[in-house]
Amino acid sequence: MTRPQKQGNSQPRWLFPFVVTVIFCLSVLPLGRLAATGIMSALRGGASELLSDPGLWRSVYDTLSTSFFGMIAAVVLGGGFALLLTLFDIRGKALLGFLFMLPTMIPPQVTALAWIGMTGPSSALLKALGLAPPLGSPQPLYSIGGIALLYGVQNAALVYLSLRAGLLALPRDAVEAARLSGASSFQVLKDVILPLSLPGLAAGAAIAFVSCIGNFGIPAILGIPAGIYTLPTLIYSKFAAFGPRTFADISVLSGLIAILSVIGLMVEARVLRGRDYRVIGLSGQVAVFRLGTWRRFAELLLWLTIFLILAMPLIALVASSLAPAYGVPLSPATVTIKAYEEILYRQAATRIAFTNSLSLSLATAFGLLVVTVLTGYFLVRSKSRFVGLISALAEIPYALPGIVLAVAFILLFAAPIPVIGISIYGTIWIILVAYFSSFFAVSLKPVVSAFRQLDPSLEEAARLSGAGFARRLVDILVPLVAPAAGASVILVFLIACNELTVSALLWSAGTQTLGVLIYNLDDSGSFNIAAALSVLVVIMVIAMMVVLELMAKRLPKGVVPWRS
Amino acid sequence: MAKLILNRLSKTFDTGGRAAVNDVSLTVREGGFLALLGPSGCGKTTVLRMIAGFEQPSDGSILLGERVLADAAEMVSPEHRNMAMVFQSYALWPHMSVTENVGYPLKVRGVSGEKRARKVREALAAVRLDAYADRRPADLSGGQRQRVALARCLVTEPDVVLLDEPLANLDRHLRQEMEETFREFHARSGATMIYVTHDQSEAMALATDVAVMSEGRLLQVATPEEIYARPEGRLVGGLVGQGATLSLPSPFGDRRLFDWSAMQEILAGPAQEPPADILVRPQDVEIAAEGQAATVLSVLFEGERYALRLALPDGQALRAFSRQPVKVGDRLSIVIRAAWRL
Repeated sequence: MTRPQKQGNSQPRWLFPFVVTVIFCLSVLPLGRLAATGIMSALRGGASELLSDPGLWRSVYDTLSTSFFGMIAAVVLGGGFALLLTLFDIRGKALLGFLFMLPTMIPPQVTALAWIGMTGPSSALLKALGLAPPLGSPQPLYSIGGIALLYGVQNAALVYLSLRAGLLALPRDAVEAARLSGASSFQVLKDVILPLSLPGLAAGAAIAFVSCIGNFGIPAILGIPAGIYTLPTLIYSKFAAFGPRTFADISVLSGLIAILSVIGLMVEARVLRGRDYRVIGLSGQVAVFRLGTWRRFAELLLWLTIFLILAMPLIALVASSLAPAYGVPLSPATVTIKAYEEILYRQAATRIAFTNSLSLSLATAFGLLVVTVLTGYFLVRSKSRFVGLISALAEIPYALPGIVLAVAFILLFAAPIPVIGISIYGTIWIILVAYFSSFFAVSLKPVVSAFRQLDPSLEEAARLSGAGFARRLVDILVPLVAPAAGASVILVFLIACNELTVSALLWSAGTQTLGVLIYNLDDSGSFNIAAALSVLVVIMVIAMMVVLELMAKRLPKGVVPWRS
Repeated sequence: MAKLILNRLSKTFDTGGRAAVNDVSLTVREGGFLALLGPSGCGKTTVLRMIAGFEQPSDGSILLGERVLADAAEMVSPEHRNMAMVFQSYALWPHMSVTENVGYPLKVRGVSGEKRARKVREALAAVRLDAYADRRPADLSGGQRQRVALARCLVTEPDVVLLDEPLANLDRHLRQEMEETFREFHARSGATMIYVTHDQSEAMALATDVAVMSEGRLLQVATPEEIYARPEGRLVGGLVGQGATLSLPSPFGDRRLFDWSAMQEILAGPAQEPPADILVRPQDVEIAAEGQAATVLSVLFEGERYALRLALPDGQALRAFSRQPVKVGDRLSIVIRAAWRL
């Protein structure tokens, strides 16, 4: 009689090799290639010329100073919101929290355009209000301070989420014990809550710092006109002025970014060590302090902040998009939807960019889902020793700034692929592969949390019913993780659709994405068209966030990133 | 169908530590109903999971008749074992209706159309759930979910049905009803059943055979009557019934069952023999006008009677029942009608 092979665990034999191959192609191979080129060119002495270039050190300095001040701004904004919304009896918390998350999900190039539309002598909004500074006065955002401020706005939510998670994880009895010991609300806050939540704040600051270092959209729009180059924009400009040493230079530069990021991530991992996010599910109810007469003041402050960092820039963006041309005052007489008509009906470039971005994002979101459902299943069910290593490797490409990954894929695919001899460089496929690598972790996380929540006996019952792996996957596992898979698709789609950093380096004629198009339109002076396109992007972002928000109740905890 | 044989079965987990299951040999006759009884962590669930195929033995083998299901080198996957299981958490698929849940094993086996519908109807009728066919598991009570899980086992006529503490999540009233359902199910299907539990009364009431496990080892396998009347060793004696174990020297050599006259000798005897473990059940302890002196340690009113804990003069504790109220500290005379050397 036949005796089927060893099948004690529930995974088919091909699953482990499959997962290893995926991780190898999406994480190890590109990053390994980058590291190899960087180290090789450093050894050949090619880096010495680059490293002796004062422009490089100026750029490192600008990167660090903008990121540092950006981090401070993010900590002030995000920390303040987290404390007020988590610990005090503010009304409308859910709405405030949701609105506070929006700036993070809006692509940085759009944020930058919106803020430009709000300030400076050419602001359509300020002109309409008669508040615009005289012509010829400088645009105040084209500066280190301007870049840092927008970094802060863009990344405040990261600090908010991290600190909030820390606050929600606080053991409630610690607060109650302090209260019973006779401490006043203020003393409890000062002596118990703040010290205990410091790791969350520090971790949030570290992530915000890493995110600032890797940001491309903001310094590209605000910095380049003022001659300020951060490391990502320096890579971009070196790549644009292509020369014989470009590959060596950009690999060293992205190596620098990677090192700075890894330092930041190590700080984060260190301060968070031993903190288990899974315990949050049960606590989640911190003792709420009463603000009394201060409540109105605090609420006013919160709404004013939301108005300044979100509503105003978006109003300015809409105003810019309705103005007939950059610098023309907006009034009932001049208002026009010409820019929208231009994008929607006339320009072939916009249609191509829409098609590219939508198809890339859909392909990434659904393609990745197939991969991540299998990988997630493996990570949760397997008892292999490599699970820890594999999940770490899956995280790295997303944790690193997109520009580093883009450079890695340029190096990997600059020459035709060995054996098959096809070159995907310059085609849309290289962007797709880079998206797969970059957003793998985004897609994986909801799926993994869904599998974690799944009672293993549901699958075991199906096995005893006689269902093989494929059958179980289709009949049992996929339907049960479907809500999380849906969230994963929306999240990846949302992020990929608005992405600029990766495609900025990888696009070529005919493969530009929405992000690239907005940047190029602004760069070529079509500010109102860029603004109109940005308005559409913002509407899309908000719509998808609302969908996720509505789904949130049916999803495992931690799937919707702005919900804690 | 055939008998299920566990042959020197052992399981050590990779995480190290002592073996979860250690050298367990056991034969379940065809159509038998075996209860695996033991305290939590004794390895009984691991044995069950090895029989189901979710764990591979580290040593030994599992056979169903002539067919080797698993040994340390190879195993038949659970999909191909033709077994069914009722899980502690019921493991009903929340996205399927009751009918779909029960019909799923048939669907996987390629049974479709009217034949499947009829079998599902029969299975649901057997557990009296015909009226709930279109509900979702979420809309059912605990006992109803349990019965759906049972119907799912019934539907494919499996060789072996495994039950993993199926009553642990139910309240006392439902338990009795479900015990009845399980007995009916066993009688009707004739399947070999293995039932894991830590509750001795459940095991006694349901099974045709009881296997007692502790710390990964099999201590005794016998019919419920046999295991109650003739338990082997202190652990089994302690697990089955509410008896107290006395440590007294016995001058009777290999004799195991003692009546009152023998017990008098044992209690009186300054003996040379090493002390033996002697199990005394409370119903065999009578309060009499004359007999062995004992002091009341505690009294618990149970409604129909008082449950007493008594101390013998040498300090060893005994259990007894009394119809009359007694007080802590009272001195009584007792007669031990029967006792069993473990």
